[in-house]
Amino acid sequence: MTATTPLPAVADLVNMPEAWRTLLHGLPSVDQVGAEQRAAMLATRSIKTTSKAWALDLAIRMVDLTTLEGADTPGKVRALCAKARRPDPTDPHCPQVAAVCVYPSMVSTAAAYLAGTGIKVASVATAFPSGQAPLEVKLADTRAAVAAGADEIDMVIDRGAFLAGRYSEVFDQIAAVKQACGNAHLKVILETGELATLDNVRRASWLAMVAGADFIKTSTGKVQPAATLPVTLVMLEAVRDFRERTGRQVGVKPAGGIRTAKDALRYLVLVNETAGPDWLDPAWFRFGASSLLNDLLMQRAKLATGHYSGHDYVTLD
Amino acid sequence: MTFEYAPAPESTSIVDIRPSYGLFIDGEFRDSIDGDTIKTINPATEEVLSEVVAAGPRDVAAAVEAARRAYQTVWGTMPGTERAKYLYRIARIIQERSRELAVLETIDNGKPIRESRDVDLPLVAAHFFYYAGWADKLSYAGFGPHPRPLGVAAQVIPWNFPLLMLAWKIAPALACGNTVVLKPAETTPLTALVFAEICQQADLPPGVVNIITGAGETGRHLVEHPDVDKIAFTGSTEVGRQIARAAAGTRKRLTLELGGKAANIVFDDAPLDQAVEGIVNGIFFNQGHVCCAGSRLLVQESIHDELLTALKRRISLLRLGDPLDKNTDIGAINSAAQLERIRALSEIGELEGAERWSAPCPLPDRGFWFPPTVFTGVSQAHRIAREEIFGPVLSVLTFRTPEEAVAKANNTPYGLSAGIWTEKGSRILWMADRLRAGVVWANTFNKFDPSSPFGGYKESGYGREGGRHGLEAYLAV
Repeated sequence: MTATTPLPAVADLVNMPEAWRTLLHGLPSVDQVGAEQRAAMLATRSIKTTSKAWALDLAIRMVDLTTLEGADTPGKVRALCAKARRPDPTDPHCPQVAAVCVYPSMVSTAAAYLAGTGIKVASVATAFPSGQAPLEVKLADTRAAVAAGADEIDMVIDRGAFLAGRYSEVFDQIAAVKQACGNAHLKVILETGELATLDNVRRASWLAMVAGADFIKTSTGKVQPAATLPVTLVMLEAVRDFRERTGRQVGVKPAGGIRTAKDALRYLVLVNETAGPDWLDPAWFRFGASSLLNDLLMQRAKLATGHYSGHDYVTLD
Repeated sequence: MTFEYAPAPESTSIVDIRPSYGLFIDGEFRDSIDGDTIKTINPATEEVLSEVVAAGPRDVAAAVEAARRAYQTVWGTMPGTERAKYLYRIARIIQERSRELAVLETIDNGKPIRESRDVDLPLVAAHFFYYAGWADKLSYAGFGPHPRPLGVAAQVIPWNFPLLMLAWKIAPALACGNTVVLKPAETTPLTALVFAEICQQADLPPGVVNIITGAGETGRHLVEHPDVDKIAFTGSTEVGRQIARAAAGTRKRLTLELGGKAANIVFDDAPLDQAVEGIVNGIFFNQGHVCCAGSRLLVQESIHDELLTALKRRISLLRLGDPLDKNTDIGAINSAAQLERIRALSEIGELEGAERWSAPCPLPDRGFWFPPTVFTGVSQAHRIAREEIFGPVLSVLTFRTPEEAVAKANNTPYGLSAGIWTEKGSRILWMADRLRAGVVWANTFNKFDPSSPFGGYKESGYGREGGRHGLEAYLAV
């Protein structure tokens, strides 16, 4: 028998590439059929009257109003910022959204229009949406966005490295970006549509959280499927379990494909009955969306007045 | 911040409950000849809903006579293609009236509307559609070139799934060419009486389906009637024994679907969150009023604490209350008598030294309610691990090896169902071969489908319902 080697400390473990595999593959697996059933059951919850009014306002406050197009101009971003500040010009009681999410080149424009409003400026970074660029480029992208005034950075993980099993590489990149963020909050986009399995979603969630993510986010919005209820369920379970183990709370942001108020309410029910009421706050749950806001506003007006005002009564920006 | 769900009650305006009902014999509602009356109540409010007949022996005889006549003159000789048309028609009318039937089931039984709407009624319609498809294909069912029906079937069903159990009984019987006299449970007769209306609506020939209401005494008259060819019973093992004794030495065919004390077995490699859902669904679905309920949780000792923490957290989220509220997860216990039995066995569990934990949910002031309850530290010797409680009470036991799990799971007089939770496919197959249970679910629980046979080993009964196998119980093979 050889002499026993001392057990490595946790900090050493996470620096060993093969240890990541042991750790992530040691997480409880996810049964896809069961997860889909649970999400479908929660989608049948009936949210009416007072609870609907409360939830619609909360959903508006959780919106990361987003424009991520090659055709974005300062004019477009300015219009979006105006919408973010006063989503419903006819109703001064209508809450503001949580943040405006843009490309790095538009950050200074958005920051100027949102100064003093409490609305955050979020910027995608790290060679969004593919993440296929050298680390130095990703870090420079991040630093530039932060320097331009971004409060929050939405980074993408390297799905190629993740799917190839190079977990420590993904971890190192997230940790490096987190460092480059400084005081800015880091949202880590898993791009669950490319991870394909719910087991991968759970593993990527843990990897991102251990690496320092403040938020984990489903999708870029550029890949189908984007956010789904089962995927968000698994991520909510992950943040719940992570807080139980470590004491640190991490936020969740489904993004892409959430277009109706009904969808948004289903997500809030999912939050309420999975991670729990602690996450029912814009600090811990966000919707990455563009067209969702108008449907929330229409449903809000319907609830208050009893009739639909029609598409011409909500602003198109 | 808390997300309070505002009340979202399903409207009851769609149901029209009559102050009293007669017996459905020979295609029409009739006054009783020699019966009594019983009241049926809403178990969530204790309000009286309606008055029904407790049929007497002459009522029973009239129903059997009508069924015999219909068998000899119409139904027994009708080609399968024609019988199928009636069954398809009934299935479609059930779908059209499904909201009404779901609301009525919830009012009379106490089960949550979400369940009667999303589980019971879709399965009821599916059962009639499924067996309608068999009616003209019996020659290909593997029971010979021209399998014959048995004749008149006496069917006695329980109160836990009133309309679904009716469908399990009537659909295969009619598809095979039998006529039936069915007795719903005394506490839940109303949906069966609406089904009688549906038979009229579908122009089903008089006497093919007869519905007689009543309690145990009516059931006894029915199964002991000499002109009955077949008895099908779902209910308690105790009553099943009485029926088996009564049928012994007669020509009557008998199928019994009785009690259970199913083991839900969770291994340390199980998908934990989904296993928790499966455990909750296994024992708290329909307030635990399920014969195949996963009432014994066998958990691998190494994950006991972790699983129990997750399980209690999940159970604390269950919403107990008004069964008509669309967000209710746990409804009312069906009757005062059943509530008493659940309470008594739970007290015995405490006296025997098991540790009791109940979900911290407030119970309504009126009606029959029991909070979701978990007993830990249960051993095979405890009565709560051996006797069917038929309520929302889970007994938790541990095991160390797959062999021990199988031994403990099989160590019961019952054998209706079992559940296995593991990521290892080979272990699922190994376990399923050894578990003495009619249904073995893998990584799920309480899943039903009309094409899947259902039935028990040992004292859980004999015969199979559902699927091709379910035809055998209604054919002379």
